[in-house]
Amino acid sequence: MADTDASRESGLLAPNAGPALRRRNRYQIRLQIIGMAAIGFALLMLVILVGSLIASGYKAFTQTHLTLDVFIDPAEIQVERLPRGGFDDVIETALLKKFPTVEGRAETRALTDILSNGAQFQLRDRIVENPSLIGQTIRVTVPVSDRFDQLNKGLVDRSTPEELRQVKDQAIAWFDQLKQSGAISKPLNWALLTNADSRFPELAGLKGALVGSFWALLVCFVISFPLGIGAAIYLEEFAPRNRFSDLIEVNINNLAAVPSVVFGLLALAVFLGWFGLPRSAPLVGGMTLALMTMPTIIIATRAALKSVPPSIRQAALGVGASKHQVVFGHVLPLAMPGILTGTIIGLAQALGETAPLLLIGMNAFITSAPGSPLDSATALPTQIFIWADSPERGFVSRTSAAILVLLTFLIAMNALAIYLRSKFERKW
Amino acid sequence: MSFIPVFVLILLWLALQGPVITAIVMNSLPDGALEGLDSGARQLIQAEISSIAAGNIFGTPEPWKMEAARQLVRLHDISVWALLAITLGLSGALVLFSRRRVSAEFRARHGVERIVSGLMIFCAVVAIFVTLGIIGSLLFETLKFFEKVPFTKFLFGINWEPQIPIREGQVAAAGAFGWVPVILGTMVITVVALVLAVPVGLMSAIYLNEFAPKWFRATAKPLLEILAGVPTVVYGFFAILVVAPVIRDFGQSLGLDVSPNTALAAGGVMGVMLIPFISSFADDALSAVPQALREGALGLGATRAEMMTTVLFPAAIPGIVGGVLLAVSRAIGETMIVVMAAGLMAKMTINPLESVTTVTVQIVTLLIGDTSFDNPKTLAAFALGMMLFIVTLVINVFALRIVRKYREAYD
Amino acid sequence: MNDMRKVERDVDAREVKISARDCQVWYGDNHAIKDVNVDIEEKTVTAFIGPSGCGKSTFLRCLNRMNDMIDNCRIEGTITLDGQDIYDPRVDPVQLRAKVGMVFQKPNPFPKSIYDNIAYGPRIHGLARGKAELDEIVEKSLRRGAIWDEVKDRLDAPGTGLSGGQQQRLCIARAIATQPEVLLMDEPCSALDPIATAQVEELIDELRKDYSVVIVTHSMQQAARVSHKTAFFHLGNLVEYGETGQIFTNPRDPRTESYITGRIG
Repeated sequence: MADTDASRESGLLAPNAGPALRRRNRYQIRLQIIGMAAIGFALLMLVILVGSLIASGYKAFTQTHLTLDVFIDPAEIQVERLPRGGFDDVIETALLKKFPTVEGRAETRALTDILSNGAQFQLRDRIVENPSLIGQTIRVTVPVSDRFDQLNKGLVDRSTPEELRQVKDQAIAWFDQLKQSGAISKPLNWALLTNADSRFPELAGLKGALVGSFWALLVCFVISFPLGIGAAIYLEEFAPRNRFSDLIEVNINNLAAVPSVVFGLLALAVFLGWFGLPRSAPLVGGMTLALMTMPTIIIATRAALKSVPPSIRQAALGVGASKHQVVFGHVLPLAMPGILTGTIIGLAQALGETAPLLLIGMNAFITSAPGSPLDSATALPTQIFIWADSPERGFVSRTSAAILVLLTFLIAMNALAIYLRSKFERKW
Repeated sequence: MSFIPVFVLILLWLALQGPVITAIVMNSLPDGALEGLDSGARQLIQAEISSIAAGNIFGTPEPWKMEAARQLVRLHDISVWALLAITLGLSGALVLFSRRRVSAEFRARHGVERIVSGLMIFCAVVAIFVTLGIIGSLLFETLKFFEKVPFTKFLFGINWEPQIPIREGQVAAAGAFGWVPVILGTMVITVVALVLAVPVGLMSAIYLNEFAPKWFRATAKPLLEILAGVPTVVYGFFAILVVAPVIRDFGQSLGLDVSPNTALAAGGVMGVMLIPFISSFADDALSAVPQALREGALGLGATRAEMMTTVLFPAAIPGIVGGVLLAVSRAIGETMIVVMAAGLMAKMTINPLESVTTVTVQIVTLLIGDTSFDNPKTLAAFALGMMLFIVTLVINVFALRIVRKYREAYD
Repeated sequence: MNDMRKVERDVDAREVKISARDCQVWYGDNHAIKDVNVDIEEKTVTAFIGPSGCGKSTFLRCLNRMNDMIDNCRIEGTITLDGQDIYDPRVDPVQLRAKVGMVFQKPNPFPKSIYDNIAYGPRIHGLARGKAELDEIVEKSLRRGAIWDEVKDRLDAPGTGLSGGQQQRLCIARAIATQPEVLLMDEPCSALDPIATAQVEELIDELRKDYSVVIVTHSMQQAARVSHKTAFFHLGNLVEYGETGQIFTNPRDPRTESYITGRIG
């Protein structure tokens, strides 16, 4: 074998090491480059995902408004008839006054299309609140309709041939004139958070979805937290090792991997079909999410309980505490940060869960926020789904904006979990 | 601690008072007011009464409606006061009770502990009930479905057209409930997703596990976790907003006819979703390989790349296979991405540039909208759900067993 | 010390194979090895002994740069192999480890067949041209490892299925197959029963004809049985280094004496 290691005899220095070693090192570099490329691809996807959402969503955080001086004509609006009255007429009159040359039904329609359908209701609410305004001229700032919002945000290509455009040249001219006169403004779009859903993108907001998600998560927490902790403590601290506890254990692991849409089927058949609970209710949504969150909480709780060292248990048992007192008085408090961390992560998953909520009808079109967990409602992810499905162009950026809101909540929850973990992390 | 029952009570009360009061009011309406009305009209009347009670009076409602509204307000007031009284009473009682219990702790302990144990066992058993509930409800509806559509027609039929309204009795004859094209579409999208996710995920794991500098690993892992934590509805929107147009434009520039919702877009985005899943599983599996094997290979003069590909990776294969299987089950059960980005029409094709549908898409589209439980359309969704549950359950049990065996082997 | 077997000891100086000068090792702030100077001779069994945590394994791992894998480990001083500084930036540790093989505390056969375990080194280093030559290397290595007779009928069986002692001899055979010049052994018998230990010790005695063997052990009896030269480490210092017989019968340093007579450790 002496002849095979001629290169080896020549010493340790790399230059003498021969082509074999160079080839082997090249292989290593190649592997590293492929690995880096793979991870780069994954991270690039993350950047594109977030980037495209921000790029399309940031525009929905402002909303184009039109400021008008409106004469609240007592002929149209009387105190005794409130909240009814010709609010649309007075506001359109105010707009028409700015364009004296506009005549005829068609032109008038085209001009008043600039106003959002919601403008009259904003005016109405203001008058109902303060009826003494009737007969005065007041200055109102109301949203413009989606098409003109898009125009103002530069999302309408003015060079497109007119017949392919939803906004006609004449309307653009009027709008530009309004803009020059300083009547157009673009304030922050608080309506996105304070309005409920609407067919009109410029009026649609997430309040209903936020409240719906809140109720659903609350129900989810109230059910899954005690159930999860109870089950975890039993399995980890008390259960004898037998077939029964094995069965539960296998069950929980499998439940954690059951597709979410199957939970939706369960909820549809059992909660709605057999128990007759109301459709689209956050209560049912919360109960469904609780079933999905429970395995997560159980698994996290068991890990947290396991990490409490046996010496603590032995010390407490040694001074005469019962097994229950040891677990509830000593082990559970020490495991609490870990349990809370797991619970928050579980709730964050539940917040983003969509499919089961679709099946129990939480994708209904509902224009008011739910007052209780039994009212019909949407949730954040289902609202995103509804908006993503809506044909109006304004909903594209609103969907992105809604996703950004959802992601903000998720990041906040996960950050809280990380904070809890790092704050209470203990090395035993 | 002792105030938790009070808190639960308040929540329940607030949740239930509305429907209970409404029911009382509706039942106390004068005879004949609701006669012959369907549920929609009843709900309208109910809504009108609530809005009168809230002070929004439109026109001049009938006097019985005004009376009902007044009763509604009255009941609400009573409810609030009753809640207050009961809350205070219960709190007081609880405080007294816990005082007594503390003083008598020594004897009460066993009883309390027995109750607590019972409660905990109940919690653990709930998990079994959930599984039984899933199986029971799916089975019940599925059997009803197979009364209307023969099992063999479902299992081997290659035609899936449930959207067409079919009159009772014609269902079986039409043979529109064959799930083969649906499961085929599911498989096409799953394969596309895995073709992307498995190599990228594995190579990322290899790099992160062995070659990445510490700081890079510390940054990249949480970023990948973000990718894993993004809700699937967001991926779905990403698919229709960005990926599908890109694929379409690219296909057209090559002169290919690409449908707007290709299996490629849905599967590709699903693959992105699965990358962090596979990567973290593979990373764990590689880390579970004992340090001794790494040193053994290095001690023989292997380069780190050789150590990885000839020792570590083969040793970690069982764990990785388990992870990939779990990813397969995820891909099959994934719903939102395909609901948003894949097609609705079932086609017998394996061309990823065409539009295909999946089991989960069909479940969701069949159940969105009206759901009466005697319609074969609705029941078909449960039959699909049953198949989905069985397939994923088998894969999961298998995968979890592999993973557990693997962990035990190196403990 | 009664069971000390009389190994015939060549007192005449052999050539120096590995030489360490002023070697220092830090793990972070922990100064693990202090000012170690030692010359390891060719075709000799050298034992490193000392109480646990004294740095003997750490120093052993410096000799084929296995400490490179540990992030916060820092090494100063020079270690040379055949006069060549092994920490020279131009030296590839892969090349070094091919010449300085290592056997570990716990037997660590790869989860592959016995044949593939032995063939691992020759394959990655390209030592065999063709299957026949590889077969020859495997058989020769297994014979050298004194395990051929036990496994010749089941070369395709997984290496992990062997008993602990067989696994360790397999690992030694695996190290030999790479044709190293030095064999480092880090407590190779600590996980083995007495019979397996005796077999491995016999093997070590066999191996010294061709290789420099450096063995770390916490068992003084073992050091006395197998080694020609012994180095005693204590708290990161090389306290005493000399002929095994001399160290065990006539230690110069009081710390060595206390350790040998069982007062520390």
